[in-house]
Amino acid sequence: MTSQGAVTAADPGAAVTRRADARRVTGRSGGTGRPGRDRTRKRLEILFFVAPALALMALFVVYPVFSAARMSFYRWKGFGPMVDFVGLQNYVRVLADDVFTDAVVHNFIIVFASILVQLPLGLALALLLNRRIRGRGLLRTIIFVPYVLAEVIAGVVWFQLLQPRSGLLETMLTSVGFPVPEQGFLGTPDLALVTVFVVLTWKYLGLAVLLFLAGLQGVPDELHEAAQLDGASWWQVQRRIAVPLLAPTIRTWVFLSMIGSLQLFDMVWILTGGGPANATTTMATYLVSQGTQRSNFGIAGAASVVLFLIGFAMAVAYQFLVLRRDTKDA
Amino acid sequence: MLCSSAVLLTATACGGGDSSASGGDDNTITWWHNSNNEPGKGYYEQVAADFEAANPGVTVEVVAMAHEDMVDKLEAAFQSGDVPDVYMERGGGELADHVEAGLVRDLSEDASEEIDKIGGSVAGWQVEDQTYALPFSVGVVGFWYNTELFQQAGITAPPATMEELTAAIETLKGAGITPISLGAGDKWPAAHYWYYAAVRACSEDVLTDAVTSLDFTDPCFVQAGEEVQTLIDTEPFNPGFLTTPAQEGATSASGLLATGQVAMELTGHWEPGVMQGLTEDGQGLGAKTGWFPFPAVEGGEGDPQAQLGGGDAWAVAQEAPDAAVDLVKYLLSDEVQTGFAENDMGLPTNPAASGSVSDPALAQLLEVRDAAPYVQLYFDTAFGASVGGAMNDAIALQFAGEATPQDIVDQTQQAADQEQ
Repeated sequence: MTSQGAVTAADPGAAVTRRADARRVTGRSGGTGRPGRDRTRKRLEILFFVAPALALMALFVVYPVFSAARMSFYRWKGFGPMVDFVGLQNYVRVLADDVFTDAVVHNFIIVFASILVQLPLGLALALLLNRRIRGRGLLRTIIFVPYVLAEVIAGVVWFQLLQPRSGLLETMLTSVGFPVPEQGFLGTPDLALVTVFVVLTWKYLGLAVLLFLAGLQGVPDELHEAAQLDGASWWQVQRRIAVPLLAPTIRTWVFLSMIGSLQLFDMVWILTGGGPANATTTMATYLVSQGTQRSNFGIAGAASVVLFLIGFAMAVAYQFLVLRRDTKDA
Repeated sequence: MLCSSAVLLTATACGGGDSSASGGDDNTITWWHNSNNEPGKGYYEQVAADFEAANPGVTVEVVAMAHEDMVDKLEAAFQSGDVPDVYMERGGGELADHVEAGLVRDLSEDASEEIDKIGGSVAGWQVEDQTYALPFSVGVVGFWYNTELFQQAGITAPPATMEELTAAIETLKGAGITPISLGAGDKWPAAHYWYYAAVRACSEDVLTDAVTSLDFTDPCFVQAGEEVQTLIDTEPFNPGFLTTPAQEGATSASGLLATGQVAMELTGHWEPGVMQGLTEDGQGLGAKTGWFPFPAVEGGEGDPQAQLGGGDAWAVAQEAPDAAVDLVKYLLSDEVQTGFAENDMGLPTNPAASGSVSDPALAQLLEVRDAAPYVQLYFDTAFGASVGGAMNDAIALQFAGEATPQDIVDQTQQAADQEQ
């Protein structure tokens, strides 16, 4: 929720640049007319069209962010006046809570595992599906369908598939003699996070493949032809031409994946609820269980501010260190 | 949203100034309940219609919701201060918080007659000797079991002590039957074992003191954890119990009992109704349904007749019109409680309705409840969400093998100290 704010915050920046470009263009072409009045009209127009979006964003993004930040300095049970000011005590408690620090670790495991596993896998599938092979449309659909499926529905289906003993997955594995854990894949603390990650990969690989395929469409055919004329093999073409030209797309995907992993909630909540023994908690499940389940809204507020800061810092750092080269020339 | 932000600024901006916020004028009462299945839903519609006929000019807006939906909506209602006129309270620390925030109406005088009639059960809904809600159904927790599977394993009498329970578990396992289903994914079903062990290990005085003083230093609380550990060590639960939900779907703890996959489950009086909803024929376990109380703990200070339980009570919002109090009094009347019992909607608290429960399992529970020297309110409800939640988390960790009996006491004490 909060880190979505960070993503949205990046967009208005782009909009401003675009707006500036537009203004420059009108300024130049309308130079002989009445530039002053034109500009005022333009500004009013912009304000008119942007106002509804800004109002909604203020109500549903800016206000909740500030409200959560305010909440984090109080002890508050969710109703009645917010009067019990406790300073930074909620932050001390959140950061000293093993459940929260473990949740942060789980989030970062998902962040890095997503990039390390889904990137090569998605790239390989995209390169493969970019070739003219039979049933390509069908294969693309199969890979993309999980992404279109609602997260809750996918979660419930996987939860049933992963049931110990009676679930389809265990039935299949035992029938081929594969050992299954005594307490099931979701019920064993050491396996639960890995299992959740596998389901997430199944769900989100489609997005990576789709983005990479779109990126590959942007690689000019001439380059392929030229390389082939020079006698380059398929492998060489992919390695030296397709993948390097895909780099901006990959960098954007990594950014989306990172933000998504930090705010991970739905799939975990449905599959394990953060259990067993807190083995799959994320920052988002922590703040929901503290807030709505335990009525510790101050602690939930503090946790959400920490989540926001981590998300914001990572988004800014990534923008600055990695994405800058993509936007530099724009 | 806007309403709640106003509440943050001034205490009574929403609920106080504008009584129309809580459901219209003085003659319209909103009533939220969770009997959204037949026969309960139809019965309450009839009750509302009868009340309207007896009180000309009064309109009752009945809103029937699934239990979870109702809990979520009430949560939001308390935040905004826009509370329905008549709603359900579970008592304990939660109610005390609502009272402190000035959201609930004191019924001590307006409904003194009904309070006398209900007797000891109202204790869970009293804050500093004032009664804020009238319990209409109070049930007890115990083991629901499959009589056929017990017979099949050769167990003739339900276990009465922890040793007998352990023996029964071994016998069932020997017969290839999973002894107990447990929805530890929801945490409270696991916590019920600890609560009950504490009811058996601790004297009533110690428990009563603990609820008000939040002091858990008595050694009986550690003993409770040790009893639970002994049970966990027999590995009686369904595979994957750490993430099994309590009662949602056929693979939940209740679903496993309803479909004959396990022999027993420790849960509340609502179980037959839940199991009916989880089986295709709508019968649940049907004639195979059995019930026995939580076994006695050797050397425990607690009365083996004492029960763990809880229930639902009708409360009136602070801003509600007076007619809402009349509705609540009517809901506790001999007439309505008798109909409530006849429809097997719960365990009535008005003694006049005791004989009208037709379901044999519920009738047995009612006997156990009325014979109990006292019914201990679920600890998580009694202590409130914050301390109760920390307690449940620690107990769930014990079931996962990651907390000792001492850890449970320490973590509960820590959460309690932070409250004060």
